[in-house]
Amino acid sequence: MLKVENLHAAVDGKEILKGLSLEVPAGEVHAIMGPNGAGKSTLSYVLTGRDGYEVTGGSATLDGEDLLALAPDERAARGVFLSFQYPLEIPGVPALTFIRTALNAQRRARGEGEISAPEFLKLARTKSAELKIDFEMLKRALNVGFSGGEKKRMEILQMAMLSPRFLILDETDSGLDIDALRIVSEGVNALRSPDRAMLVITHYQRLLDYIKPDRVHVLAGGRIVASGGPELALELEKAGYERYEAAA
Amino acid sequence: MNLVAAIAERNAAELPGKRDEDWRWTDLRGLVREAPAPSAPFAGDLPAGRFDALADARKVLVNGGEAVIEIPKGASAVLALRLVGRGPGSHVASAAIRVGANARLTLLETYERDGGTLADATLTIAVAEGAAVERIVLAEDHEDAVSISQAEVTLSPAARFAQTVLASGARRQRLETRVLHPGGKAELRLDGLYLLGDKRHSDQTTVVTHAGAEGLTVQLTKGVVRDQARGVFQGRIVVEEGADRTDAKMGHHGLILSDRAEIDAKPELEIYADDVACAHGNTVGALDDEALFYARQRGIPEDEARALLTEAFVGEVVDRIDHEGAREVVRAWVADRLRA
Repeated sequence: MLKVENLHAAVDGKEILKGLSLEVPAGEVHAIMGPNGAGKSTLSYVLTGRDGYEVTGGSATLDGEDLLALAPDERAARGVFLSFQYPLEIPGVPALTFIRTALNAQRRARGEGEISAPEFLKLARTKSAELKIDFEMLKRALNVGFSGGEKKRMEILQMAMLSPRFLILDETDSGLDIDALRIVSEGVNALRSPDRAMLVITHYQRLLDYIKPDRVHVLAGGRIVASGGPELALELEKAGYERYEAAA
Repeated sequence: MNLVAAIAERNAAELPGKRDEDWRWTDLRGLVREAPAPSAPFAGDLPAGRFDALADARKVLVNGGEAVIEIPKGASAVLALRLVGRGPGSHVASAAIRVGANARLTLLETYERDGGTLADATLTIAVAEGAAVERIVLAEDHEDAVSISQAEVTLSPAARFAQTVLASGARRQRLETRVLHPGGKAELRLDGLYLLGDKRHSDQTTVVTHAGAEGLTVQLTKGVVRDQARGVFQGRIVVEEGADRTDAKMGHHGLILSDRAEIDAKPELEIYADDVACAHGNTVGALDDEALFYARQRGIPEDEARALLTEAFVGEVVDRIDHEGAREVVRAWVADRLRA
């Protein structure tokens, strides 16, 4: 699925990723943990093609296709989805309009027909009910005036409706209380499948109690400095990142 | 010499220009070195107007002319008024509109002037007590037209006047509205939208004079400029002595989509009365890069994402149009222009 090799990336001329390598096979969930400033968010933006994140070396492929050569929307159409740490407010665009526009753009890019209005509404009603989102809320401008928890739930709703193949969750637990964390995690876990993979980026171990990873990687100083099973996350929770920061 | 006389007498030296404070961003004198000959009378057929299907009365002024329109007391009408310029040449048109007490008028006004025209239209609109007027102006002139419209609106107490001016610009285009507001619970809404590309210019100038106590004015103008276009907004609200408890809000917000496009804005409040609530807000900026990336990350291609965010930006003005049919005509017109 995702294969990242010796990736170097800079922001404003400053190198943040310094030879990062990572492989996430289909069907697996990998967690990336690391101290603040390690490059976790940079990795998510480089993989999704945000302006200002300059790749200076290495490669990233999805099922063998060079991701880095594609525009952000082309990557999305190939199934890459990023759940933002801070989802944007989009004044004047109702959530339903935004999601339908995105879904149809992706379908067109893949050579599929547009979804019919009744079919779309049915999908929106089903998925919002599953995530305990009031359907009326989807008629309001996307994320405008929503609480932190509501915004995160809207991210997961979009994820469920767009049905991506490779999911990146950037600090999805931040700003969530325990109930919201449970709902969001159930939404994410419902998307686990043999032909999907996920990268869960988090500072704290807490989220991984709900979304159980197959592998855990420690990102420090712009590189993966350690990898292991789920037990590595628990170890980090106890011992902290200090020894990895020293190693980086 | 006023503009009408300057055009009628082909006296280019008397056209307003950048030395006139009120016209400094819409320089006619510097542009029109020689006034074109008077427009020839027009005999051919015109295609249907944008609002014809919505109207129960129609008036067309081609290459000048005069119209007098009277809406009797208590009556209700939807009027399509077209100000058309065909072929090059200069001309002036005028319309006098009187709306009787408690009458209702939806005025659907269009400007359709060809390249090479130098044209002015003057309108006087008198709104009697308790009457309600919604005026929607759609100015879609040729890119080489010099097109001016000047409206003088006189409100009576307890009248309501709501206006939305939509403009796609011209070589020079100015849509000016002056309102005499008597207070006395009369309500005024003055909205505008300019969507400009290429080298087009458009100027929306408004002057509201609150002459009596307890008047309400709300104003929202938005603009989008790209390429080398230039948008101008001049809004002045004067609250005269004695016009106490006036409530007036003015907003102008512009979006600049290219480095060489420009917006000039001058919002002004002049207040000589007591206990008034007046506010104005003015912002000019670019599309939010973060919102654009967010939309693209969800799979929306860049051009479509820009159009979506821009439509959302201007949508607020369109949503405020009361007449449903006109609102949908305008919405489609806006979408066409933004996605062109």
